[in-house]
Amino acid sequence: MSKKVLRTLALLLLVATLAVWVATGANRGWTKTSVPVTRTDEVTGITVDDYQKRFVPGIDFLGAALLGSGILAGASFLFRTKQPQS
Amino acid sequence: MTNQTIHMKTKVHFLLALACLSSAALAAPQSFDFKDPKGVNNATFKLDAPLEALNGNATGISGTVTFDPADPAATKGKIVVATASLHVGNSMQQQHMLSDKWLDAAKYPEIVFEAKELKNLKTDGDATTADVSGAFTFKGISKEMTVPVKLTYLKDKLGQRVPKLKGDLLVIRANFTIKRSDFGIMPGQMEEKVSDAIELTLSIAGASPR
Repeated sequence: MSKKVLRTLALLLLVATLAVWVATGANRGWTKTSVPVTRTDEVTGITVDDYQKRFVPGIDFLGAALLGSGILAGASFLFRTKQPQS
Repeated sequence: MTNQTIHMKTKVHFLLALACLSSAALAAPQSFDFKDPKGVNNATFKLDAPLEALNGNATGISGTVTFDPADPAATKGKIVVATASLHVGNSMQQQHMLSDKWLDAAKYPEIVFEAKELKNLKTDGDATTADVSGAFTFKGISKEMTVPVKLTYLKDKLGQRVPKLKGDLLVIRANFTIKRSDFGIMPGQMEEKVSDAIELTLSIAGASPR
């Protein structure tokens, strides 16, 4: 695997994660696996949050992606640049 | 005294007795069951620590309350929240919350408030506000507490929630704060992420069918 491939993968991971995070509402809290949906009882006026299963990535998800892309980009430095033959 | 007069007197006595019985029945304390078939009854909790905010709710509510619309001061009862029904938005946080390290839901399956006395009552129409004193039991530790509550008596409204049933509803709302350290829940630990103060809001409706 070449330097270029690793760096491209790192960039793709970062961009894809950012895109998913923004598309799901840019949640600045922790990742959620369920979200509240409010329901009101008309007779008593009581409101309740029913939790529905949904994945909403948070800042921990962004952090993990940043770490992953950093590792990939860092690994690319382990490859030596081919010196032009004289 | 003629036979007719005796007959009339008996009739009047019977009607009076019937009227007394009916008024006694109307004024009698009613028992309200808080197991809600619509799943609306809930208790929410909020923790606001410097580094993390946590909130969620519990819908596993049960218990009974005896309430007399003519004498709200005599209200007594017990509300039970199933510990396992506590829910937060993150499944990992939920597992931690219910684990033996925190709430130990397996060992302490219920959170209970038992109302013993109502004070400072103010009634306005169907709504009564009061300070209710009772025992709050959380993770096996009981503490005497006084909590402000609002009781709303909804006469003949049960049928609107549960078709084919006749009866009354009693809505209880309460908002109060407890300290987890008072109940032995990791006292003094991780307070930067899990605050000691827990703000609780109870919104429940009980049914008294006839």
